[in-house]
Amino acid sequence: MSLKVKSLKELAAAPQWLTPGHRMCAGCGAPIAMRQLLAAAPRRVVVGCATGCLEVATTIYPYTAWRCSFIHSAFENTAATMSGVEAAYRSLRRQARVEADFVFVAVGGDGGTYDIGLQSLSGMLERGHRVVYVCYDNGAYMNTGVQRSSATPKGAATTTCPAGEASPGKRQPRKDLLAVASAHGIPYAAQAAPSHWRDLVRKAEKAFRAEGPAFLNILAPCPRGWRYDTAQTIELTRLAVETCFWPLVEVEEGRWSITFRPKKKKPLLDFLKPQGRFRHLFEGQNLKMIEEMQREVDENWRRLEALERLTAPAEGLRRSS
Amino acid sequence: MGEDVRPGTAEAAGRDDRARRRRTALTGNEAVALAMRQVEPDVVAAYPITPQTDIVQFFASFVADGRVKTEFVTVESEHSAMSAVVGASAAGARAMTATSANGLALMWEVLYIASGSRLPIVMPVVNRALSAPINIHCDHSDAMGARDSGWVQLWSEDAQEAYDNVIQAVRIAEDPRVLLPVMVCYDGFIISHALLNLEVLTDDEVKEFVGTYRPDRSLLDPDRPVTVGPLDLYDFYFEHKRQQAEAMAAAREVIPEVAAAYAALTGRSYGMMEAYRLADAEAAVVVLGSAAGTARFVVDRLRREGRKAGLLKLRVFRPFPASEMAEALGGLRAVAVMDRCDGFSAAGGPVFNEVRSALYGLDGVRPDAAGRPQGRAPNGPPLVVNVVYGLGGRDVDPEDIEAVFDLLFRRIEGEEPRGEDGAGVLSRSLRPSPNTEVHYLGVRE
Ligand SMILES: Cc1ncc(C[n+]2csc(CCOP(=O)(O)OP(=O)(O)O)c2C)c(N)n1
Ligand code: SF4
Ligand SMILES: [Mg+2]
Repeated sequence: MSLKVKSLKELAAAPQWLTPGHRMCAGCGAPIAMRQLLAAAPRRVVVGCATGCLEVATTIYPYTAWRCSFIHSAFENTAATMSGVEAAYRSLRRQARVEADFVFVAVGGDGGTYDIGLQSLSGMLERGHRVVYVCYDNGAYMNTGVQRSSATPKGAATTTCPAGEASPGKRQPRKDLLAVASAHGIPYAAQAAPSHWRDLVRKAEKAFRAEGPAFLNILAPCPRGWRYDTAQTIELTRLAVETCFWPLVEVEEGRWSITFRPKKKKPLLDFLKPQGRFRHLFEGQNLKMIEEMQREVDENWRRLEALERLTAPAEGLRRSS
Repeated sequence: MGEDVRPGTAEAAGRDDRARRRRTALTGNEAVALAMRQVEPDVVAAYPITPQTDIVQFFASFVADGRVKTEFVTVESEHSAMSAVVGASAAGARAMTATSANGLALMWEVLYIASGSRLPIVMPVVNRALSAPINIHCDHSDAMGARDSGWVQLWSEDAQEAYDNVIQAVRIAEDPRVLLPVMVCYDGFIISHALLNLEVLTDDEVKEFVGTYRPDRSLLDPDRPVTVGPLDLYDFYFEHKRQQAEAMAAAREVIPEVAAAYAALTGRSYGMMEAYRLADAEAAVVVLGSAAGTARFVVDRLRREGRKAGLLKLRVFRPFPASEMAEALGGLRAVAVMDRCDGFSAAGGPVFNEVRSALYGLDGVRPDAAGRPQGRAPNGPPLVVNVVYGLGGRDVDPEDIEAVFDLLFRRIEGEEPRGEDGAGVLSRSLRPSPNTEVHYLGVRE
């Protein structure tokens, strides 16, 4: 498949549906993820967004940072709201009351997607609405002050799973949302990171082209919640990918593939070290937690490789893509 | 207000175009599903719950049989049903859903988003008791719980009114002066599942009456993108809420206008309320929903005995017709407000508190500048008592309502409330304050 946006220059020149001047923090990963995603939108777009940092910081009345139509309804219902928008589009198109072509994007943070919005997302995916659902995953409820979500990595400290004498931070591993989404049998699901923008844009283009719902999970670091220097955002997502903490994968018509294999897999430590939310892990008995986390990352990578083999099309049926 | 003129009676219907009207026997849910088919919204998103379920099923078969062009979204919950119609309406579609009880409760958050975003969604609410304990039968706790959600509320006495209200609701909601969502309430089972011979319009008549929805702004306007649902802080939120309050006030003008247009088409006239034999009445009950029919029957019976009884049936609870209420009840001596919902305020149900508040200050004691008594109640406002009835589908029969009138006439004759003693079907009353009586009708001690 050929990439529409081929160079950084083209990426910068793509229509900016989300304009500069919004009020997200310096170094926030979410608007970077959104701009890369929307650069791949083939037509006019309507964006629906869950309550969370992205929504509150881009639409402070009477201003809006959105050049496209945008709707925010609540925290847990973006997928349902956009189901309605897309149903309206189909109905009005059929009646020739709307003539323009649109694509639809539903966006939620990890809280609005993994947790409170999971039911609504599942409904939208199962019903087959032609909407691209995008989760910008910063691993906590940042808008309300860094509370844990089911996307918070094991070992991270948040305000509702703080590290303390009796606690090493979050004890549970992250929910595998990509697997959950792809289990709906949707045409396209993928995981991406802004440091690997070509990979992200290519996945976004596939998602927009899918004949049905598509799901993208994009890593979007939050300097406040992760506690790192704001200039390090892209570097951190690169480390997340190169340590295999955040594998770049896609699931196309049920076929899993790893879209980026680090030449030399870096130790998880490299990703954890710069982040204040993991600082306590480097003290005393918590160190063994890092080993445990490394094991889980390795195990997950093996599982992805196995899935890749398992779901590969039989020889001879392989598509040339 | 159509004093003493009943919708559907020969008198109200004295129009020559009536001959071609179709009469047909339908349940309340069938009638409402028919109205929805005739309106043919662009999008319907709904989730089943007793006693609303039929509507979803009927509508699904209209879609399956290709009788409507509607996009039917089979959502996975009522929260998503309301969310989907919010999205659809913001995208410029005419959108409808329907629900009952727990489903309405699950929508609660999004009800406010629909009204606050000024989206003219229409939703039949088939009234049912709220859990716990779980109960599928009629009471009004569900819709009363949503009374402050910014939705217009129309209440229906029977299937005919439910049908007529759904069609009128579309025009009320979409009027540019209003742009608010509308709930059409009707009693679960009593109306939703009972068969009534009613008069229906042709598909074309309905289509013409509701017209095509063409909103000023929509998400799908390619030339004018719009941001819906922004963060709105202390510098603008209040102004927007004020505009919303004004829209609800404007609905007080629009509802009678739409009713007049509907009467011209059908011969059936509706007001904010129906005053039945109130002009010279001394005692009256205030009722909404199906119990109005029973109350009317009792009023007629009492009238035959020479007792001056009347009925005020409330059709519109939001916006609350306070001035019409004062006008209609100000001259009476005693009024019982019937609540099919206990608001658990420990000081009376929701309808009671609003009706009594509408009558407050009508005492005519303060003279105006010219020394004439003020207000419309020169003898002071009527005594207003509250009667909570019919919770969880408990039957209310003519004898029950007679007991209520009996209480009112005893009060008029000077009998003081006797502590907490009830009489007959009226149970021990609550006396939250010296001037407040809350009775429970037909409940065991
Ligand atoms: C029903 C409901 N519950 C709770 C909230 C409060 N709330 C608003 S945003 C938010 C967290 C958002 O987290 P996430 O989706 O991860 O987005 P982020 O802020 O991290 O970008 C919470 C808990 C709400 N708005 N609505
Ligand atoms: S708190 Fe975090 S997620 Fe929210 S705007 Fe700031 S950097 Fe972005
Ligand atoms: Mg988050």
